Amino acid sequence: MRKLTLAIALIVPMLGHAAQAEDTVKIGYIDPLSGGGASIGEGGLKTFQYLADELNAKGGILGHKVEIVPFDNKTNPQESLIQAQKAIDAGVRYITQGNGSSVGLALEDFVNKHNTRNPGKEVLYFNYAAVDPSMTNEKCSYWHFRWDASSDIKMEALTNYMKDIPSIKKVYLINQDYSFGQSVRSDARKMLAAKRPDVQIVGDELHPLLKITDFSPYIAKIKASGADSVITGNWGQDIALLLKAAADAGLKVNWYTYYAGGAGGPTAIKQTGLDHQVFQLTEGFANSGHQAAMDYEKAFRAKVNMSLWYPRAVNEMRMFKAAAEKANSIDPVKVAAALEDLKLEVLDGGTGFMRKDDHQFLQPIYVSSFGKLAANEPFDEENTGWGWHLVSRVDTPQAMVSTTCKMARP
Amino acid sequence: MLELIVISTLNGVLFGMLLFLLSSGLTVIFSMMGVLNFAHASFYMLGAFFGFQLTKWVGFWPALLLAPLLVGAIGMAVERYGLRNTHKHGHVAELLLTFGLAFAIEEVVSMIWGKTPLDYRVPTLLDFPAFTIFSTNYPAYKLFMLAVSVTIFVALLIVLKRTRVGLIVQAALTHPHMVGHLGHNVGRVFMVVFGVGSALAGLAGVIAGPALVTQSDMAAALGPILFVVIVFGGLGSLPGAFIASLVIGLVQTFAVALNGSLASAFGPLDPSAGPSVLTDIWNVTIAQVAPIVPYLLLVLVLIVRPVGLMGTRES
Repeated sequence: MRKLTLAIALIVPMLGHAAQAEDTVKIGYIDPLSGGGASIGEGGLKTFQYLADELNAKGGILGHKVEIVPFDNKTNPQESLIQAQKAIDAGVRYITQGNGSSVGLALEDFVNKHNTRNPGKEVLYFNYAAVDPSMTNEKCSYWHFRWDASSDIKMEALTNYMKDIPSIKKVYLINQDYSFGQSVRSDARKMLAAKRPDVQIVGDELHPLLKITDFSPYIAKIKASGADSVITGNWGQDIALLLKAAADAGLKVNWYTYYAGGAGGPTAIKQTGLDHQVFQLTEGFANSGHQAAMDYEKAFRAKVNMSLWYPRAVNEMRMFKAAAEKANSIDPVKVAAALEDLKLEVLDGGTGFMRKDDHQFLQPIYVSSFGKLAANEPFDEENTGWGWHLVSRVDTPQAMVSTTCKMARP
Repeated sequence: MLELIVISTLNGVLFGMLLFLLSSGLTVIFSMMGVLNFAHASFYMLGAFFGFQLTKWVGFWPALLLAPLLVGAIGMAVERYGLRNTHKHGHVAELLLTFGLAFAIEEVVSMIWGKTPLDYRVPTLLDFPAFTIFSTNYPAYKLFMLAVSVTIFVALLIVLKRTRVGLIVQAALTHPHMVGHLGHNVGRVFMVVFGVGSALAGLAGVIAGPALVTQSDMAAALGPILFVVIVFGGLGSLPGAFIASLVIGLVQTFAVALNGSLASAFGPLDPSAGPSVLTDIWNVTIAQVAPIVPYLLLVLVLIVRPVGLMGTRES
C-alpha cells in the first residue's frame, strides 16, 4: 500500500507535467548562434522570444503557451538537419529558420520527407528570411511558408526604383557564393538588362559565405572597375565587413543592399560617411512613418535593446495566431490549411496575403536609405545618430512576381 | 590596372605580415620542441579577447603590453604542467594535447564572451587614413600592424642569431643534454620559449582583433592557414616563415583580383554540350577559388620539396 501511494505520488506530478508540456506550442528556432552568422541569429532569437512573451502575456495561442526553443545550426545545412531532428524529438511541431538559403533548402527537403514518413506528426517550416526564389518555385513545398519577400521580388522592387535614376551607369555585383547570392546576381543581371539596357555590369563577384575576414582586396577590385553603384545581397558579418573595408579605403559608391541594416552594418556605414548612399530593401523599418509600427518599435527597443530587424517576424507570429484561431487548433496540418490565402494587416501598414500557389507571403516592400535623421524620424541605429529614411514604397500588387510552383498537396 | 596592382600588393603585404606575426611564434615553438602546436591559433584568439577586455578596463596601449604577457604566462603554464609531462610519451601525445587544448580554449572563450562578434574598435589615436594612393585611403592602423610585424621579425632574428640567449636556445634544440651539462636549465629554456611563442600569438591577436573580427571561432578560421605558412616556408625556419607569409598574402590577394577562368583563356565550351559539371568547372574564376589557392600551394610544396622553401629539418 505504501509502495502504491509512493508510486502514485511520484507518477501523478509527472503526468501533470507531461500534460502541461503538451499544452505549450514549441517553436524550434534553428539558426546560427555561433560563427559568422551568430550576430544575426542572436538578434532573431531575441526577436522571437519577445514575440512569444508578447503572445503569452495575452493568453498565448488558443490558450496554449508559446515557447521558443533555440538550436544552433552554425549556418551549416548538415548541422541544421541534426538540430531539426533534435527539435522534433523534443516535441517541436513548428520550425522557424531564416539565415541562409542553403540551410533553408535543406530544411524544406527534410520537413517534406519527415511529413511523408510520419503521417499524423507533421511539422511546419516557417521561413522568415531565407529568400532563395527556388524555395517557392521549382522546389516549393506545402509544408513551407515564407514571410520574407523572395530575392526576385526584392530585385524587382529594387530595379523598378533604380531604373528611374539616370546617374546609375556602372553596376558592380558582389554576392555570397551559394544559392541565394547566385540568385541575386542572376536576377540583377536579368532585370537590369530588361529595364536599363544602358547600364553596364562592370563586375560580378562571388565570394565564400561567412569565411572572409578582410574585404580589402574586393574593395580594391570594385574601385578599379570604376563602378558607381554596388548591388549586394550579403548578410551577417559579410555585409558589415564589406562596408567596413569600404569605409577604411574611402570607397564612395552607392550601395544597394538587402541587409545593410543587420548587426555592425549601420556602424560601418556611418564610418564611410556615405550619407543616404546606402539603400536597403525591407518589408518595414523603424522610421516608416506608420504610427502603429513606430509605437511597436519603441516598445521593442525599450525591452530588447536592439532595433526590430524583422518586422516580418511580427507578421509571422501574428499570422500563426490568426491561422490557429481560424482552424481552432494548433495541429500543424490544420494550421497549414488555414494559412493559405490568409490576409493580414502587416506591421508597417497595408495588406499582405499568403499566396496559396507557392506559400509566399506578398506584402508591401520599402526602399530606404541610411543617413542623417529628419525631424519626424525618431529612430537611429546602433547609436550612430543616423537612421533609415523612406525612399520608396512599393505596394503589394506591384511587389509580386509569378511562381512556377506546382505544389503537391496532401 | 596599375592601381589594382599597387593596391593589391599593399593589401597582400599587410595580410602577409599579419600571417607572419602569427606564424613566427609557431615556428619558434616548432623549431625548439618539434611540436606542432595546434592550439597556437587559440592563443591568438585569447590575445584578441584579452586585448578587448583590457582595452575596456585600462585602454588600448596598456592592453597591447599586458594581453601578450598574460597569454605568454598561460603558454608557460601549458608547457610546464601539460607538454612537459606528455613529452615522454612522444610527439603524438603532445600533438593531441595541443589539439584538445584548442577546443577547450574555444569553449571557454565562448562561455565567457559569448559567440557573437565583439565590438573591438581601433584606438582613436590610430583611427585615421595615413595616406591616400590612387584615391584609396590607407588606414593608419594597418601601417601600425605592418610596423609591429617587421619589428618582431627583426628582433627575433637578432635574438636567435646574434645573442647568447639565442645560442643556448639553438643548442638546446639539437643537443639538449650537452646544454644541460653546461649548467643551463633546459626545461626552463623550453618553458620560456613556449611562453614567448604564445605571447607572439597573443600580440598578433591584440593587433588583429580590431582590424578583423573578434569572435570565438576566429582561431578555427585562421588555424589551417598557419600550417600552410610554416610548412611552405620550411618547418622551423624563421626567414622561411617570413617569405611564405608574404607569398601567401600576395597570392591570395591577387587571386581575388583575377577574373580569369578556363573559359576566358580557351574560350567557352561548345554550347551544344549543354550545362554540365564540366561547364561549371570551366567557368569558375580564379577569384572564386582564391581561398583554396594557399592549400594547393601546400600540397604542391609537400610533393615537390617536402622540407619547404628554407627548411633544414629532416623530420
